[in-house]
Amino acid sequence: MDTKRADTVAAPRRFPLREVVLFAAVLTAVLGVYLVMGAAYSTRMLVEASCYAILALGLTIQWGYAGQFNAGVMGFVALGGFCAMFFSMPINEAFWGSELPGELGQVLLYAIVAILVVFGATRLDRIGVPKLLRTLIAIILGVVLYLMVVNAFRGVTDQIEARAGFIGGLGLPVGVGWIVGGALAGGVGYFIGKVCLGLRSDYLAIATLGIAEIIKAFLKNADWLTRGTATVSPLPWPVPGPAEIGFTLARALYLSVTAAMIAVIFFLLSRAYHAPWGRMIRAIRDNEISAAAMGKDINKRRLEIFVLGCVLMGLGGAALASFNSMFDPQGYLPLNHTFLVLVMVILGGPGNNLGTLFGAVAVYIIWIMSAPLALFLMDMAMSLGQGLGWETPTNMDSRALQARVFVIGLLITLVLRYAPKGLLPEKVKHHG
Amino acid sequence: MNELVFFINNVVIAGSVTGSIYAIGAVGVTLIFSIMRFAHFAHGDMMTFGAFMVLLLTTAFPGAGDAFGVPSALVLLPLAMALTALLAVGIDKAFYKPLRAHGVKPIVLVIGSLGVTLMLQGLIRLFAGTSGQSLYVDDRKEIFRLALPFEGVRAPVVVTEPQLYLFVITLVAVIGLHLFLSRSRLGKAMRAMSDNPDLAQASGINTNTIVAVTWVIAGGLAAIAGTLLSLDVTFKPDLSFFLLLPIFAATIVGGVGHPYGAVAGGFVVGFAETLAVFNWSVLLRPFRDSLPEWLTQSGNLAFVGTEYKIVVPFFILVAILVWRPTGIFKGKVI
Repeated sequence: MDTKRADTVAAPRRFPLREVVLFAAVLTAVLGVYLVMGAAYSTRMLVEASCYAILALGLTIQWGYAGQFNAGVMGFVALGGFCAMFFSMPINEAFWGSELPGELGQVLLYAIVAILVVFGATRLDRIGVPKLLRTLIAIILGVVLYLMVVNAFRGVTDQIEARAGFIGGLGLPVGVGWIVGGALAGGVGYFIGKVCLGLRSDYLAIATLGIAEIIKAFLKNADWLTRGTATVSPLPWPVPGPAEIGFTLARALYLSVTAAMIAVIFFLLSRAYHAPWGRMIRAIRDNEISAAAMGKDINKRRLEIFVLGCVLMGLGGAALASFNSMFDPQGYLPLNHTFLVLVMVILGGPGNNLGTLFGAVAVYIIWIMSAPLALFLMDMAMSLGQGLGWETPTNMDSRALQARVFVIGLLITLVLRYAPKGLLPEKVKHHG
Repeated sequence: MNELVFFINNVVIAGSVTGSIYAIGAVGVTLIFSIMRFAHFAHGDMMTFGAFMVLLLTTAFPGAGDAFGVPSALVLLPLAMALTALLAVGIDKAFYKPLRAHGVKPIVLVIGSLGVTLMLQGLIRLFAGTSGQSLYVDDRKEIFRLALPFEGVRAPVVVTEPQLYLFVITLVAVIGLHLFLSRSRLGKAMRAMSDNPDLAQASGINTNTIVAVTWVIAGGLAAIAGTLLSLDVTFKPDLSFFLLLPIFAATIVGGVGHPYGAVAGGFVVGFAETLAVFNWSVLLRPFRDSLPEWLTQSGNLAFVGTEYKIVVPFFILVAILVWRPTGIFKGKVI
């Protein structure tokens, strides 16, 4: 038996049969959707799929390159969406014309002063205060100042809600919002990563799950900032909108923007993957201890890659929110924005950028098409049930959609068990 | 004094209620963590499943409790516990065991458990719908008002019937678990396996049995926690993601793999939540005259609004991970 490992570097390049077949299948599916559903609908689907592809690329570098599991993609997506809304919406004169911005700035100033005072109190031991006393002083100061600031803040935000509705946007170009959205998501990712990345990998999953719910709760309840459940629309587009040049053309233009973004990200990621930096990341993923023995700063590299992934998620989330032309904090669901992305990555092939792209488009098509399918199947089951004298509940439609939750879960467990490397596995090159 | 009663009702009782529920949930998570070394994300949905089983059984036999004078849901709880335990063992056999046999990293098991979460969520919502339902199908929720024997106290201490059962059942469960872990052969084997699985196997402990027993206990406890929560408020099929964070926070605060720590952690998180959303200005009201005006003027002195309750367990989690990642009782696995 030949036990020698195949040398993929010296061996002639094989024809990438699997890739060609899978992408041909996706192309056929897209063409099929175009034929059946019409151009406007299908282009919309493609734009959304491309936004999801950016999210999936973000997750594939976290999970595929570095083995970090982020269970809170939704939170970073929502942050990106919020920034897209906040920077691109027109300026709200009812707010900026009143004295409220000054009051808001004053409260923010109070908050900064309070933080500095509490921080100073934690340093009291430097001038000879006993440590226990220092901790006590810091805690009491923190509690009192926190309550004062929060009360002042509540007063101002209530005023804003009552008189101006909400702050409104900044009226800047859409691209600014996207970039800041990515940066903000990266900043939150830095905070989470700093806390969790040195510990067991499970803790990162727990913490990201938590921060996602918190971000959503904040965006949903901060009516003064986001109008909460009232939602903000319409968000401007970076390209001429449907009102000017028609649905299909506008969406096609948008698609070209996101496709260009994907192309740039894809190019940079493949360069990084094959660079020494990418090799180091994979070394840390595959054997942390030996990587540390080689003198690599494990926690720093991990933090780098986690933040990078979060930036991509923020960017993708911003593009998605702008495209939907509506910012609805309640529309961010763990299923649609975390687990769907997870399925795209693990089905397509974690660590393989091409596989991730394939997974994103393929899974999104299946996902979009599964809603009418689920309703249709449920209708059939109901008519069958009525024939047998079964009394059907009234809210059957919403229940039928829950069947998709089950299918996504089943898909995750099946892929993990039978195709742990995905449909397009990562190709590890063995040198020599 | 009325303010003190208000404090007791809103903090002491409410905190004990949420604390007990988190504690029972966290014990299950910590046991799974200590035996199988992964964070079980599907625990929240196992709780929901247990409560849903009780709901189904109570709907089927609404009069089951009449003979004992307790709500039917409680009489049928053991049956639901058995069903949930069966489900837990079945899930392990079908989904986690093949993954473990492949020798995957714990984080892959975490992702697998997220898949199981979604499957359970989908199934439960498919059958139960998405709206809340009361577990009191045929019974009435008793409310006890205990008037305090002091002068000038008009407000009574309010305890509802399910809350009393909750305290009793929590106590019984914790004591039972303690006796099981410290006295019985299986419990000792479990502790041995959580200390060192290889050594335990080498000394003749059947690890497969231990894994199954862990799932039975975790499933049973999850059913208890879910049912008691649903009795106290209502049965909601979409609760699990909001339960997961406090339960994990409780597990980590108590030291992962440490059942007594998990109980303590549950109460820490539960009380922290209720203390954080409590409006402290109520307690300042009796001292209105002797306090500076700016303090009494503000009507709301709660640390966070109820809508941001989920922030509290998160910050406890972050604080404990930063300052003491092993938890207050020095857990075994970091």
